[in-house]
Amino acid sequence: MLTVRELCMRFGGVMALNRVGFDVAAGSVTALIGPNGAGKTTVFNCITGFYKASSGQIRLRGQTGEIDLIAILGEPLHVGDAWQPGKLAHKIYYKMFGGAHLATRAGVVRTFQNVRLFKEMTAMENLLVAQRHRVDWRPLSGLVQSRRFRRAEAAAVERGWYWLDFFGLGEDGNRLAGELPYGRQRRLEMARAMCVEPRLLCLDEPAAGLNPRETRELSGLIRQLRDRHGVTVCLIEHDMGLVMEISDHVVVLDHGQVIATGTPREVGEDPLVLEAYLGISGEEAA
Amino acid sequence: MTGHIFAQQAVNGLVLGSVYGLIAVGYTMVYGIIGMINFAHGEIYMIAAYLTAIFLAGLTLLGLQSPPLAILLVLAATIACTALYGWSVERIAYRPLRHANRLAPLISAIGISLILQNYVRLSQGARTQGIPSILDGGFHLFASGPDAFVRLTHAQLLIVVTAIISMFLLHFFIARTAMGRACRAVQQDRVMASLLGVNTDRVIAIVFVLGAGMAAVAGVLVTLNYGSFDFFIGFVAGIKAFTAAVLGGIGSLPGAMLGGVVLGLAESFFSGFVNTDYKDVFAFSLLVLVLIFKPSGLLGVPEVEKV
Amino acid sequence: MSEAKETLLTGLVALLLFAPLTGVSLEGYGLNSHWQNPFLLAGMAMIGRLLLGRLRGLRLPAGLAEYDWQTRLQRPILAVVVIAALIFPWLVGKYWLNVATLALIYVLLALGLNIVVGLAGLLDLGFVAFYAVGAYFYALGFKYLDLSFWIALPGGALLAGVCGMLLGFPVLRMHGDYLAIVTLGFGEIVRLVLNNWIDFTNGPNGVRAPFPSFFGLDFSRHPMPGKSSFHQFFNLPYSSIHKEIFLFFLLFIVVCGMVYFVRRLRRMPLGRAWEALREDEIACRALGINHVTVKLSAFGIGAMTGGIGGAFFAASQGFVNPTSFTFMESAHILAIVVLGGMGSTAGVIGAAVILTVLPEALRDFAEYRGLLFGCAMVMMMIWRPRGLLRSRRALFRREQRAC
Repeated sequence: MLTVRELCMRFGGVMALNRVGFDVAAGSVTALIGPNGAGKTTVFNCITGFYKASSGQIRLRGQTGEIDLIAILGEPLHVGDAWQPGKLAHKIYYKMFGGAHLATRAGVVRTFQNVRLFKEMTAMENLLVAQRHRVDWRPLSGLVQSRRFRRAEAAAVERGWYWLDFFGLGEDGNRLAGELPYGRQRRLEMARAMCVEPRLLCLDEPAAGLNPRETRELSGLIRQLRDRHGVTVCLIEHDMGLVMEISDHVVVLDHGQVIATGTPREVGEDPLVLEAYLGISGEEAA
Repeated sequence: MTGHIFAQQAVNGLVLGSVYGLIAVGYTMVYGIIGMINFAHGEIYMIAAYLTAIFLAGLTLLGLQSPPLAILLVLAATIACTALYGWSVERIAYRPLRHANRLAPLISAIGISLILQNYVRLSQGARTQGIPSILDGGFHLFASGPDAFVRLTHAQLLIVVTAIISMFLLHFFIARTAMGRACRAVQQDRVMASLLGVNTDRVIAIVFVLGAGMAAVAGVLVTLNYGSFDFFIGFVAGIKAFTAAVLGGIGSLPGAMLGGVVLGLAESFFSGFVNTDYKDVFAFSLLVLVLIFKPSGLLGVPEVEKV
Repeated sequence: MSEAKETLLTGLVALLLFAPLTGVSLEGYGLNSHWQNPFLLAGMAMIGRLLLGRLRGLRLPAGLAEYDWQTRLQRPILAVVVIAALIFPWLVGKYWLNVATLALIYVLLALGLNIVVGLAGLLDLGFVAFYAVGAYFYALGFKYLDLSFWIALPGGALLAGVCGMLLGFPVLRMHGDYLAIVTLGFGEIVRLVLNNWIDFTNGPNGVRAPFPSFFGLDFSRHPMPGKSSFHQFFNLPYSSIHKEIFLFFLLFIVVCGMVYFVRRLRRMPLGRAWEALREDEIACRALGINHVTVKLSAFGIGAMTGGIGGAFFAASQGFVNPTSFTFMESAHILAIVVLGGMGSTAGVIGAAVILTVLPEALRDFAEYRGLLFGCAMVMMMIWRPRGLLRSRRALFRREQRAC
């Protein structure tokens, strides 16, 4: 479903990613692991459109064909483009209107390492903001409360309740997001991402800061998302227990390079990985 | 003849640019270290102009006659007092808001700007004030006839020389002293610096003091050169100096000086060859254009968003 | 540091700060002495410092802060305000009616700026530019094209909105603080152009703006031949206050419409997206919201409101010149929004009325207006950045059949 090839990212003189390449198969749970500073979040930022990769390819395959996730961020213009008006027009369009939101609209939705909720809004409002494709945006129909507007709004609210219940937040719909306890904020963020109806859900350290019981619940939820809702999941995680338990496929990064890929078992036995990763945080994995 | 006009505008622009650069340093340092635009910075410059006149009048009352000594004393006193203003502003209006949302310090800064303007208006009156000219005379350069020369007054020369000296002192402070090293560390990574035992609150206060000190130098020099000022001069000077800081690349010290000189020259040529009435419009438009086409400025590095 | 020591230090610093600027004042090239001022001010600073130490940790009583004023009292207050507004013009003279009209203009402007600053979280320091665009569009449109108020009102709003969009589009994609300084610069540009383009705008001397007509009927005592005027048509004795009352009610209707608009907006996708952008722009982008166009819509709608306010201002004053559109005016409107508690409609309306009427009632207040606004802005940001009252959020119920 997602293909990453030769992805490079430079910050000044630092090579944060060096020719990273991996695939995410549809309907799988893929884990991105590696020691701190290996470039995992940078990969995420490139996939979800927050960073413009220095070079490389990121392609998302879906029902409507392939989408180039790099082109929609706006590529630099070259003199040569002047000869190809079509291509130039495309580039200019994406330069003006492109950005991370287009990656989301293509079906890639993410959560953040340090939870980013709309704190002064209620949990339900957080979910409604996410359903931009479902509600009626036209100002006039909202002002006169047209039938279509109310119907769209009701459908969005109902959808919101569904996901709140799914993540065990049924009681919190009208509470301010910023006032929820931390574990619930994390789940609310996932609920919000699900309201966008992603094809590829990218979770950045979903278990960080959760206690063991909450982590177990989380792994159950992620599995349900994949099995019942057909969502492909890509996650960054330090909790090796969780990674080994739920992932079908593991990609190991170190110093901006992919050093191993495979099933959790294969990766766990790879000597390179043991040296680079498990050697450092062996007690964490145990 | 046009050559002389051209050279004259270049001299005027250089002088103007030195002043913008001195004020821009305050914007650029504060932005570099806490990432906010200190809207009250222009008012700090305005306060320095008033202090210059007051201290000068005070020295005259005390019977001090020698201009060089008077200028030195006024400069020292104004820098000290203005720096205290800079420190107080940070302590009262910005430090409590260090962890507030993005809008709060900006609005607080607007509030401080209003307070300082009206404070000076109420205590010193709304009318334009002036000082007696104590630096007369100058040089005629490239003289080739009775009207064909380029004029460089002593006051203008003083501005350029003092600006260069101040910039060197500042550069020395930032590059060589322990406190300067702490400043650079905090600019790179505030959290990490504080974990390593740098007192970030003190570093930020120092940056405000330095910025105010440089603005004070600008205030003294401009007042000595032009002689008149009112309580509203900080507003336009502030926007222009900010333009200079953006032009040079916000966060970069040499950039601030370079941006100041470029802006000064551009403005001077514009008012000399195109139109004087619209020189402020020209400067502000330049700000908008730079922000659109080259937001990282001449010497700045592009910002990487932290996700 | 002990409290006493810190208080003394505060006093010392305050003395050093205040001594040169308040202790003496420039008189020509000499000085006048007011030596007691710095000591007074330093004493006040010390007392303030002591009080602050005592008050720290003191919060509003929980019951007061939690009490849901807005739901309980909404309807009665709304009724009282509307009835008062309907009766008010018949009871007072021309002077206070003009003040009330001005207050309504500020309510309108503040509601517009509140969308930009309070809801969308964009700091617009050049709001007055859009106000000026609306006012001058009417005045110049009448002068050159003979435009009537009823065309200039939507026209001015549209022009202001377009200006806002053109200015906002490049700037809104950048770091938020730049918007503040660019709008500040834009406000100055507009004022300087109006001031300097004498051939077109008549410069500092200003332009005349006529009074709006009542659906084609004008308010003059002796109408043009062949036309009838308001008092003749309705068979009333001529009174110059008719037109003022008419303008007041017209403005009142517009403000009511605006209040309804803002209230609805907060429950509409657009308004929710604005608030979400204020809370976290990066998260919004991760949810597929185009932050540039959404911000642009807030900025544009705010600018349009400014344009409408400007047209009304020109109509009510009968005359516009650049001195009405200085930065102080922008600061005034911003102060209203901040003091009203950014985002809260009721608070903003209250603040607009109070801050416009007070300077008229108390001359001394007008003198200290800027100083007090500044102090209030700083203090609000430090102690109650979200306003005095927390704004009420929309509540959602489950559909019964969903169970």
